[in-house]
Amino acid sequence: MLYFIEQCLNGIQLGMLLFLLAAGLTLIFGIMDLVNLAHGSLYMIGAYFAATFAAWTGSFVAGAALALVAAMICGMVLELIAIRPLYGRSHLDHVLATFGLLLFFNELVRLIWGPAGMTLPLPSEMLSAVQVLPGVYYPVFRLVIIAATLVVALLLYVLVMRTRIGMLIRAGASNREMVGALGVNIKLLYTLVFGLGAALAGFAGLMQAPILTVQIGMGENILILAFVVIIIGGIGSIRGAFVAAMIVGLIDTLGRAFIPDMVRSYVSYSAASSLGPSLSSMLIYMLMAAVLVVRPEGLFPAASK
Amino acid sequence: MIRAVTPRNAVVVALLLLLALVPVYSALSGNYFVMSLFTRIVILAIAAVSLNLIMGFGGMVSFGHAAYLGIGGYAVGILAKEGINSGFVQWPVALAASGLFALGVGALSLRTRGVYFIMITLAFAQMIYYVAIGLDRYGGDDGLTIYKRSQFGGWFDLSNKTFFYYLCFVMLLLTLYIVWRLVHSRFGMAIQGASSNDRRMRAIGFPTFRYKLVCFVIAGVMCGLAGALLANHTDFVSPAIMHWTRSGDLIVMAVLGGMGTVFGPVIGAIALLVLEEVLPFVIDVVSQLLAGHEIQGAREYWQLILGPMLLLIVLFARGGIDGLLMRSKRSESRG
Repeated sequence: MLYFIEQCLNGIQLGMLLFLLAAGLTLIFGIMDLVNLAHGSLYMIGAYFAATFAAWTGSFVAGAALALVAAMICGMVLELIAIRPLYGRSHLDHVLATFGLLLFFNELVRLIWGPAGMTLPLPSEMLSAVQVLPGVYYPVFRLVIIAATLVVALLLYVLVMRTRIGMLIRAGASNREMVGALGVNIKLLYTLVFGLGAALAGFAGLMQAPILTVQIGMGENILILAFVVIIIGGIGSIRGAFVAAMIVGLIDTLGRAFIPDMVRSYVSYSAASSLGPSLSSMLIYMLMAAVLVVRPEGLFPAASK
Repeated sequence: MIRAVTPRNAVVVALLLLLALVPVYSALSGNYFVMSLFTRIVILAIAAVSLNLIMGFGGMVSFGHAAYLGIGGYAVGILAKEGINSGFVQWPVALAASGLFALGVGALSLRTRGVYFIMITLAFAQMIYYVAIGLDRYGGDDGLTIYKRSQFGGWFDLSNKTFFYYLCFVMLLLTLYIVWRLVHSRFGMAIQGASSNDRRMRAIGFPTFRYKLVCFVIAGVMCGLAGALLANHTDFVSPAIMHWTRSGDLIVMAVLGGMGTVFGPVIGAIALLVLEEVLPFVIDVVSQLLAGHEIQGAREYWQLILGPMLLLIVLFARGGIDGLLMRSKRSESRG
């Protein structure tokens, strides 16, 4: 039971991470109609920046803050140079062009930081574990991730639903020509939204950096998971992304934790050692297939599309 | 319908002749690396041609096409590991498994369109990738060595490299022929119609879902064949064969060569894979010119050039290499 609670917390933490990536992706897709494979690269860059700046300033928090700003600037520059000509082109063009960008970023990071990974050491006060429930100890940093992401999610909600910028973003999502015709600088808005997405991805990367090794290609597998989240949640919907990210995070983590044992009690040990991991990694894709059968548009389809 | 002598047809014939003569060149010069490279090119060209059938003609942008390479490859690898070496069993199993997977994925993903379709095919390919990693018995992440190539009961021997090259080449010609016949058949017209206006095709009575699904499965089976060939070529199969960047490479080949033309992906496959081999040398030469000496390690970073090149191709060279060849004869209809 204690193990179950611990795994639930891990699942929530993975879900939060996926939400940060998926929110940026879905925002960019919903507003600019752009498929961005290079989103995982921004995640990776956020992690590398955090590791570098933390080593430079000697403080995790300062490094994280600098990395967040740097990731956002990277995203905006990327939008200005490479993404802007892609608006209005076919999705296949987006896929190809951003695939090229992804190769470019992987190689650039290898050129700058070298092929070996980096680690981002945590400040000592975050290394300890706290008692979250009687008998359940949980690392402080993972709790910090959950809390910080919740705050970000809340800020994002406020930004999109309660501010003038957010109103423009929502208007841009439902009818971009009209927003442009009403005198809004739509190009600037796009750059801002892309920067916001990049900052969210960078934030996810820097929060994850102390847990995993910072390495080349770290953003790719998690990007595909974020795609699954978006498909389940419905493209263009931030609320859908949040719910789906939680579901995917929990199911994936719990599946990996419990399915191998469950399989082992039914089939022989050697068969289970193959079947268990395979089955648990298939779980979220089966969930995605099930959602597609019942609701091809996702759980929370965006109303305008 | 098609005028016989156009610059493009001349290039197609020249390339096919070139491909046919590669083993001769290898035998004369003793350079067997070229033949190995071109075996790989021919096999991946089969995969790219099959992808182009659904992507270029059917408008179904599949980002998970490498999954069939993996399924075809693993069918050969797993059967070989279990002691079944006969190609008469391995290859049909490879094709059938790819077809079945394509049927499942197609039935689910064709319910959606556009960007959903791209992401879903990618996700299912990723699922198969993780399943392969989980297969402890068959090497998991490290992959599976195939100690004996598919046996065809003494009829022919796949370990003969020249023979194997020509087998792959014939398979490529066969694939091209089938795709060409399909595209110009009623079936192909219906697929292309559904690609440009699905609703209208349904309104005039075509069950487009079924047509597209059949097309999707055919492409999957063809790519499964490429997978079986690839496993025999490398004597090895690992999850890396279906890593999602491989699916991206296949899309690049199809688009680079010219989407929606039967032969385009072959040009694309040759162009991309030769480029991958040549770029490091180009970097050496350029650094020689710029810095006066070869810059240590610079040639490793060829993807730094390839990535932006893709971006530029998307932005400025629509229609790929085939489109460039066609440009001189713009008024002609597409053959």
